[in-house]
Amino acid sequence: MSEFVLLFRSTAEESQQAMGTPERARQSMRTFLAWVRELEAKGHLKDPGQPLGRSGKIVRGKDKVVTDGPYAEADLVLGFMVIQARDMAEALALAAKCPIVEGGACVEIRPVMKVPLE
Amino acid sequence: MVAALTRIFGAHNLALAEDVVQDAFCRALEAWKIGGLPENPSAWLMATAKNRALDLLRRERTAGKYAPEMGRLLETEWTLAPVVDEAFAAPKVRDSELRMMFSCCHPRLPEEAQLALILNVLCGFGANEIAAALLTGRAAIEKRISRGKKQLTGSKSLFELGDREFASRLSTVRRALYLLFNEGYHGASPESAVSPPLCEEAMRLTALLREYAPAASPATNALAALMCLHAARLPARVDSAGDLCPFEEQDRSRWDEGLLAQGLTLLESSAAGEEMSGYHVEAAIAAVHAAAPTVAETDWQAIVPLYDRLMDIAPSPVVALNRAIAIGQRDGAERGLRELLSISDRHRLAQYPFYPAALGELELRRGHHPAAHARFRAAFDLARNEAERRYLRKRLQACAGA
Repeated sequence: MSEFVLLFRSTAEESQQAMGTPERARQSMRTFLAWVRELEAKGHLKDPGQPLGRSGKIVRGKDKVVTDGPYAEADLVLGFMVIQARDMAEALALAAKCPIVEGGACVEIRPVMKVPLE
Repeated sequence: MVAALTRIFGAHNLALAEDVVQDAFCRALEAWKIGGLPENPSAWLMATAKNRALDLLRRERTAGKYAPEMGRLLETEWTLAPVVDEAFAAPKVRDSELRMMFSCCHPRLPEEAQLALILNVLCGFGANEIAAALLTGRAAIEKRISRGKKQLTGSKSLFELGDREFASRLSTVRRALYLLFNEGYHGASPESAVSPPLCEEAMRLTALLREYAPAASPATNALAALMCLHAARLPARVDSAGDLCPFEEQDRSRWDEGLLAQGLTLLESSAAGEEMSGYHVEAAIAAVHAAAPTVAETDWQAIVPLYDRLMDIAPSPVVALNRAIAIGQRDGAERGLRELLSISDRHRLAQYPFYPAALGELELRRGHHPAAHARFRAAFDLARNEAERRYLRKRLQACAGA
């Protein structure tokens, strides 16, 4: 079993589509819940992670320059989750069923890198 | 609401679930005092309880602290709110209530503790109300409740309906609901001879049981039929002065026709299958009564064998008493008296006012007024509340006046 981080990403427009009205938001949450339940039931849920707020601060460089960001118009990371799967193919298949993907946005699947000893 | 929250928090956190509900009520009272009653008070309460639950769950997210069936879904904001929301949706609430009912009917709990627990946790009755309804002291009820809760919180989850024990637990649940109904129907409190709220709660919970297909067995349908047929008579059981009205003198036009019809339909559906429970027989007896326009026109030929059957399935001194009364109706006062006096464990009726009252009734009918008077006097001394006393006083007058 390998671990994969799922990064859920969407643009403001796509988020608006999914969560724009209370009824749509409720529906989206329900389908998302069902998807997470299935991941857990099949032993794939390593760490359920958390969703993230849309805006924050960025601190950069030696001078620790602080800027607002990321920009709401950009393709934003909505949150993360850690799953376990046999390989990338299985992780991909699991992520493809995520309702966020169904809704038109995307999930980025990245294997957790095992840093070798020096 | 307590059942829904217990599903989330786990049975071991029953006290926490109760606190949340209590807290929601307090907040509601405060808010409504200032702002007036909202348009939908129950939705308001529900939303308040939900938010309070979310706060608590956020404060301590540790997996395993709450109900195991919630898994890790309470740990993350991805699913926390939807899960809580879902637990408060009507079908889930019904499901939680059902499971709570089975949890309350743990076989290790004595029946009276099961009843107290159901009334407290599922019906929201306080210890005082339960004590009044079950004619027991408050201290005894509190002891039963706390004992019951200890048993309930010994497990982390509510009873799983798919459990192997389901069938045996189901019969315990039925028995508890039957007792609950009877407490309401016969249960005498100082103020009144019947306690309709207990009957209503028993019927509500039985209806809930019937909504779940595996629980809607013939015996459950028979129990529901029995409740409907008896409840139909409730309006006539007490007269306008609040006095207990004997079955023979009830104004049958006051019987609730809707409930009678519903009871008969349920009785029909309970006939599916081989099972023949005591509830079937009791419902069948009630149905014979329901079909008769007057006591005199009642088909006692049909009722006596049904009581014989009931004595085989579920013998008790009270069943024997009713059987003897039915024989008295069918074969005359002399036979009835002989049957009454030969009830094998009649010593168990020693404290039951309706045993000497039945003897008095038959003595009166065969014209032995002094004997009838003595029997009614004995019944009067055993009477448990004012309504019973008023009724027996009238019977005593009947002996003197005749």
